[in-house]
Amino acid sequence: MNAPGNLRDRTEAARQYFVAREQWTWSEAVPWIAAVGAFFIFPDYMALGTQILIAIIFALSLDLILGYAGIITLGHAAYFGAGAYATGMLSAHLGWGEPITAMLFGGLVGGVFGFLSGWILLRYHGLTLLMLTLATAILLMEAANAAEYWTGGFDGLVGISIWPLLGTFEYDLWGHTYYWYALGVLFLCFLCARRIVHSPFGRSLVGIKGNVGRMHAIGAPVHRRLVTIYTISAAMAGIAGGLFAESNAYVTLDVLSFARSGTVLIFLVVGGIGRLYGAFLGTVVYMILEDELAKLSPEFWEFGIGLLLVVVVLFFKGGLLGAADSVTARWKQRQKP
Amino acid sequence: MTAAVLPMEQALTAAISILFDGVAYAMLLFIISVGLSITMGLMGFANLAHGAFAMLGGYVLVSLMLNAGVPFLAALLLTAVFVAIVSIPFERFLYRRLYKAGELDQVLLSIGLVFMATASITFVYGPSTVSITVPEFLSGQIDLGFGTFPTYRTFTIVVGVALMVALWYGFERTIIGAKIRAAVDNRRMAQSIGIDVDRLFVLAFALGSGLAALGGGLAIEIIGMSPTFALTYLVFFLIVVAVGGLGSIRGAFVAALILGIVDTAGKYLWPDGGAFFIYALTIAILLVKPEGLFGKA
Amino acid sequence: MKFNTLFCGVASILGLMAGQALADTVKIGVVLPYSGGAAQFGEQIDRGMNLFISQNKDAFGGHEIELIKRDSKRPGGDIAKNAVQELITREKVKILTGFVFSPNAMASAPLITQGKVPMVIMNAGTAWIPSLSPYIARVSFTMWHAGYPMGEYAATKLGCKTAAIGFTDYPPGKDSRNAFTTGFEKAGGKVLEALPMGGPREVPDFTPFFQRIKNAKPDCFYVFVPAGNHSVAVVKTYASLGMGDAGIKLIGPGDITQDTKLQDMPKEAAGMITVHHYSADYQTPKNLAFVKAWKAAYGADTTPDFMGVAGYDGMAAIAHAITAQNGKVTAEGTMKALSGWSYDSPRGKITIDPETRDIIQDSNVHKIVSKDGRLMVEVIDTIPQVKDPCKANAIGKCK
Repeated sequence: MNAPGNLRDRTEAARQYFVAREQWTWSEAVPWIAAVGAFFIFPDYMALGTQILIAIIFALSLDLILGYAGIITLGHAAYFGAGAYATGMLSAHLGWGEPITAMLFGGLVGGVFGFLSGWILLRYHGLTLLMLTLATAILLMEAANAAEYWTGGFDGLVGISIWPLLGTFEYDLWGHTYYWYALGVLFLCFLCARRIVHSPFGRSLVGIKGNVGRMHAIGAPVHRRLVTIYTISAAMAGIAGGLFAESNAYVTLDVLSFARSGTVLIFLVVGGIGRLYGAFLGTVVYMILEDELAKLSPEFWEFGIGLLLVVVVLFFKGGLLGAADSVTARWKQRQKP
Repeated sequence: MTAAVLPMEQALTAAISILFDGVAYAMLLFIISVGLSITMGLMGFANLAHGAFAMLGGYVLVSLMLNAGVPFLAALLLTAVFVAIVSIPFERFLYRRLYKAGELDQVLLSIGLVFMATASITFVYGPSTVSITVPEFLSGQIDLGFGTFPTYRTFTIVVGVALMVALWYGFERTIIGAKIRAAVDNRRMAQSIGIDVDRLFVLAFALGSGLAALGGGLAIEIIGMSPTFALTYLVFFLIVVAVGGLGSIRGAFVAALILGIVDTAGKYLWPDGGAFFIYALTIAILLVKPEGLFGKA
Repeated sequence: MKFNTLFCGVASILGLMAGQALADTVKIGVVLPYSGGAAQFGEQIDRGMNLFISQNKDAFGGHEIELIKRDSKRPGGDIAKNAVQELITREKVKILTGFVFSPNAMASAPLITQGKVPMVIMNAGTAWIPSLSPYIARVSFTMWHAGYPMGEYAATKLGCKTAAIGFTDYPPGKDSRNAFTTGFEKAGGKVLEALPMGGPREVPDFTPFFQRIKNAKPDCFYVFVPAGNHSVAVVKTYASLGMGDAGIKLIGPGDITQDTKLQDMPKEAAGMITVHHYSADYQTPKNLAFVKAWKAAYGADTTPDFMGVAGYDGMAAIAHAITAQNGKVTAEGTMKALSGWSYDSPRGKITIDPETRDIIQDSNVHKIVSKDGRLMVEVIDTIPQVKDPCKANAIGKCK
């Protein structure tokens, strides 16, 4: 970037830098190949696999606002839960079980909630914003509990019956159909996220995260941008929630809980924030470890997660992807003569 | 949805008992949260693990009473001192590294610590709630003239008010209190006139943790103590601090009172969905006054 | 080449032998709370199961069994449901058992129907659960086994004309409230108030709720809370508010005077009347032997309770089902084997009702007394061989 020359040349160089970053690279095919391969190598684990894919969509939605726009929230489960209940209630109460539209409805409801809450809350920062997002999520959970007739309250929403996907593929106990369904949805959501992140809009978000004052100074409509990305993120979380309701045919208050908001945050921290692929890696690593280790000893698992968080915050700021980056960087250094 | 509809005299008795229970609960919240308010105001560190000190205090009290036969009041003091001392290495070696770090890192680190604390306590003491037997003179009921009330709750209120007065006096009338207030108001300025802010902070941190432990010990009999205590009540401690305003003792006291009374009244008047009110009220207050009732804007 | 064929031959013979040995092992999936606030229940049921297995090695018809345990952590359905799905699809269990919390059993019912795996419930007490799937049998109790007779007894023998109810707000709590109300009002009593008192996950501060009840001045106060930590708080709050002196009798199902928690309660627990199907203090020969064996296995300061005996009896039922089907366990076959099955349990005679697949057992009226420096249960009356009154009277969701 120290290229000498006139302004036009330097601008062109900058533009090409961004264009290059946006190009797909070979390594980006890895997670998708792995996902397809997992189906054939671990056919008995597809129920877990489906839940992992859904969780990745959720984590991806959080990365958009946390990793790129720098919005710290302890209540993102509010939108996941809103989507889950929306989809669930559509089937349980109105009898509409077409999976794709029901899932999209969940996304719509999540997005609406996101827009409404974001418009109000994103005027605040720091501890205040943290408390507001947390309180909003809990409030929603209490409301869901009180609206027992609609949500099933504590007992959970039963009676969700989803029609076969595309008219032919039935839901089954082994989770095979839903694995491909969730994978397809994940792919589309990812394409969306990737597009946003590499667009001028996406880059302005990074600017907001870096220095809000300066962004205001250059006339960027900060609040509007934040609300936009927040709404998109909430819609994606709602889609994940809708898939959750469909794949489990059961929704409990837990979908709105602080535990869920906290866990998705941990996925990202473990994988690496602001990398998009960090959502993939962190979620997969966490959920597989939890599936295997939590059974052995719940106390050690909880302790281990706590310790992992502490260690990551102190020593591995970029999560697993960050650590991988520094390893490859050092390896490349050694390659140079 | 059954709301309470009572004749006048019964309504008055009901109101007094709600107030009483609410204030007792509020005192617990105040005692535990005031330390968090001071440390967050002083160092701007979002310490979500503060409840773990309260939890530790509760369990140390149980051990002191059951294993070492220490009487209740002495055990309360001992646990406060013990946890205050134990908290110092945490500040020195762990928290200090993150004062300049962003909020997210602080939140994540402290959540990690809570998990570790919860798992450790479960491992040592088991997952169920623990209970103690309070001494005779603190159990049963006591006649206060305008009604009979549970003795233990009366005791809790007395302790809470006494601590509030002591803290207020300490912060408003002593040199150290003045130094802390100065540092909360403007750290750099305070440092530049020679105040050793780091040492002040250790002091405030230890005091806050010790108070939390005291609150945790008191809480066993009223709201129970289990390994999930730190996480369950985390939200309430944060609400007290955020609504009260960082660094304000008065704010923590008032916020705790509001929270305690509204929560108790909500449960009494509207058992089906009483918890709702707290969160709605918190959001309303923060939207209007984001810095809290007594915080600095 | 010759070596290869030999190797293949030996390998296939070994494979056949191993396959044969494995074919005999019946995998049993156990879904219990092994962590979290309810871990104490998981432990009690677990102990009951293991005690039966160790005492009755030949009750399984010569077949090996393998217990595959999964942690359901808390009431809420989703974790238990995932555990059940995993047990059916990955572990391929033949029988499912455990289920402390009703929501967990309810959420899993569609899975066992689809997967055709029988479920033997060892605790979950909401009355209409067996109707959720044709493959559910229950060996524990329903909330109506205790609540309904308690209502009748309170109105007729305890002299309570009015009553107030406090219950934890989840399916068993609502069920228990309905049970007591039906029995009480049928016998001529009047229910003044029925208050939901928070959720089952955390023990709330009961004072505001109890204060409101105290102001309503009922003769009897029927309380249902989940067994365990909640019940100690109930008695403590009752005592600290002086409700006994105000003339309000504390009654409830035996869940609130569980043997494992009784000694933690303050002395004001004496005088409480509850109705239940089991207490470790029963003086029958079978129970005395059972308690003795329990203490020998798990420690002199441990005690069985209704959860422990459910684990014990549940394993007896499973053993019978496996033996009757000669190791080839199917869902229909298991239900058939358990239909009408009777057993001499430490709690007395129990039978699985062929019509409802639910349990038939005695309901005893317990009085808590203070004897030899500890709190104990004394049986002051018995209602023999009670069929679940909810289903018997086809009330509400019970068919």
